[in-house]
Amino acid sequence: MEKFFSFKDPVLGRKLLQKLEQDLEAPLRFMEVCGTHTVALFQSGLRSLLPEGLEHLSGPGCPVCVTSSGEMALCLELAQKDDVIVATFGDMLRVPGPDGLNLKEAKALGARVEVCYAPFDALAVARRHPEARVVFLGVGFETTAPAVAATIQQAEALQLYNFSVLSFHKLVPPALRHLLSTGKTAVDGFLLPGHVSTVIGVRPYAFLADEFQLPAVISGFDPLDMLMGLAMMVRQRREHRAAVENQYARAVKKQGNRKALNVMEEVFTVQDAEWRGLGRIPQSGFGLSDRYAVFDALNIFGLQARHMPEPKGCACGQVLQGLIRPDACPLFQKQCTPAHPVGPCMVSTEGSCAAYFQYQLCPGQS
Amino acid sequence: MKHEARVLLDHGSGGRASLRLIQNIFLSCFGNSILDSLDDAAVLEIEGRLAMSTDTFTVDPPFFPGGDIGSLAVHGTSNDVSMLGAEPLYLSCAFVLEEGLPLATLEAVVASMGRSLKETSLRIVTGDTKVVPKGAVDKLFINTTGIGRLLVENPPRGRRAEAGDAILISGTVGDHGLAVLSKREGMQFDSPIISDSAMLHPLVLSLLQAVPDINVLRDPTRGGLATTLNEIAQQSAQEFVIREEAIPIQGAVAEGCSFLGLDPLYLANEGKFLCILPQSKARQALDVLQAHPLGRSAQCIGEVRSGHPGRVVLQTEFGGERFLRMLEGEQMPRIC
Repeated sequence: MEKFFSFKDPVLGRKLLQKLEQDLEAPLRFMEVCGTHTVALFQSGLRSLLPEGLEHLSGPGCPVCVTSSGEMALCLELAQKDDVIVATFGDMLRVPGPDGLNLKEAKALGARVEVCYAPFDALAVARRHPEARVVFLGVGFETTAPAVAATIQQAEALQLYNFSVLSFHKLVPPALRHLLSTGKTAVDGFLLPGHVSTVIGVRPYAFLADEFQLPAVISGFDPLDMLMGLAMMVRQRREHRAAVENQYARAVKKQGNRKALNVMEEVFTVQDAEWRGLGRIPQSGFGLSDRYAVFDALNIFGLQARHMPEPKGCACGQVLQGLIRPDACPLFQKQCTPAHPVGPCMVSTEGSCAAYFQYQLCPGQS
Repeated sequence: MKHEARVLLDHGSGGRASLRLIQNIFLSCFGNSILDSLDDAAVLEIEGRLAMSTDTFTVDPPFFPGGDIGSLAVHGTSNDVSMLGAEPLYLSCAFVLEEGLPLATLEAVVASMGRSLKETSLRIVTGDTKVVPKGAVDKLFINTTGIGRLLVENPPRGRRAEAGDAILISGTVGDHGLAVLSKREGMQFDSPIISDSAMLHPLVLSLLQAVPDINVLRDPTRGGLATTLNEIAQQSAQEFVIREEAIPIQGAVAEGCSFLGLDPLYLANEGKFLCILPQSKARQALDVLQAHPLGRSAQCIGEVRSGHPGRVVLQTEFGGERFLRMLEGEQMPRIC
């Protein structure tokens, strides 16, 4: 399809923007909950083109950003064990733990940390190092979780019992429900994550429209996808409708990906999880099921996730809930920069603070 | 473990083993009248103003599509000398070798350096070899220092970009960075991605002969195009405006980057340069670049304007505007 139609076409983009502006009857405020959307909105320049009456916020959509201080402390604790190799996605290296130390520094001090591009890479590390215990840091949403689940099944098939997973996977729909239930986050609609939805499908979001009467649109990541998603929400508002619509139908099936859902259900069990900035959310994370307990790092190393305070002065929690914009945090661009991140929203390239820092032209400078 | 000839600590002892290494490997590939004298230092005769640059090369993996650590060590340093509008003439070359490195690897790297030198009159005139215990370095590190003679009165400098200047790039960006990364991670793409590692002097020479008044020349190596643009904007205290749609990127590189969540504007290049010069000369410069095999895809990608000093603004393909900032640390593939 993309051979015949470009989802980056600026001419179509201008037309859609005009349509969106016409439909915009009153100021609206939308939120996206996907780090890839956060970055794509900036990178494509679409953010700079949105009409004044349309405010767009970044919610808790970056997996690194919502990894709690207590969870990070466990990652660092494991990395400091002599016989442990921590295998992780690169984004986790710079997240500071409660005392400021991050995995990159721990590595410089001698900890064994291997960066993986895919969870399966961690199995190769485990095979190369039979003398060590290899722990994969399972961070991510429903998009990453199936690949990690499949990796665990593969480890079992290969009898790689020096491999385990520290599972901090988190689930998107419960976080959305939590945001709305607290009553603090005021939004007029959600731009829903395309990647996560390829796995879970459309139905898990139904409560947004049914219970909270909010428009929501699953959208892809090219500029026209996102613009179309926003325009569809503006239209719902104008027509006083609330529905979950699927703009990204070329990738997202209504019922999701059954195969991926099956492997997740087999390996993981849904449990409460601690989210940075949002606190403990019931039934919002994945732990390993009893059947796979031999691959559960929490179980193997006798660890327990603890609640740890957030860094002092850091407003990541408020940013993640859409209560303030990144540049309203007193630390933004002062004590907190990508070189010296205080909070995780500045660490991950998909964090909203890092994206603001990297791309946002300051008002009055353009 | 397979038996094969390997680098041993003996090879760095300064004794007979060292001499064998020098004669059998280095002199056979680099040999020239200055180096062959094997004195403690080289005697050089150069007139005029000189440009000098040094660089140390470490790359994992040492061999990748389109080049290797040896070709990089020759191209990288001589290109830095060329960027000052100078003709690179002499190189020094120092190796740090890891004990146990197969001699065949060293031979292949040195042979590649020899081939890269053949492209010009550049010569390696002095060198050194150290061998360190296994694990103290990763396979081999190479340092090269280059000296060249300035070809123009007023050499191009990072601080010389002026409002109204045009910004040209000599070809596609991101090729080298993605070639090395995909080789290292064992990733396959539909069409192979090949490093652009090349000696830029011949292209720079034709450019300077046709258009001597160039304000800035710089090769966007580590940190890529975006980082280099920021460096120059800061040194010149000017604002740059870049048009995204004009930046040449190979289709396979764009697709590979999109798949991995990487931005090609931050990936290293080893055979490209930025050229900033008065707008009135831009057309002529582009014609010269595009007529040369190394500059076929050259494009004008933006302009210098007086505005917010040190800022680089990207006008996106979609029609918006955003910062194009330097990157903090390395680019990391995304978690989804």
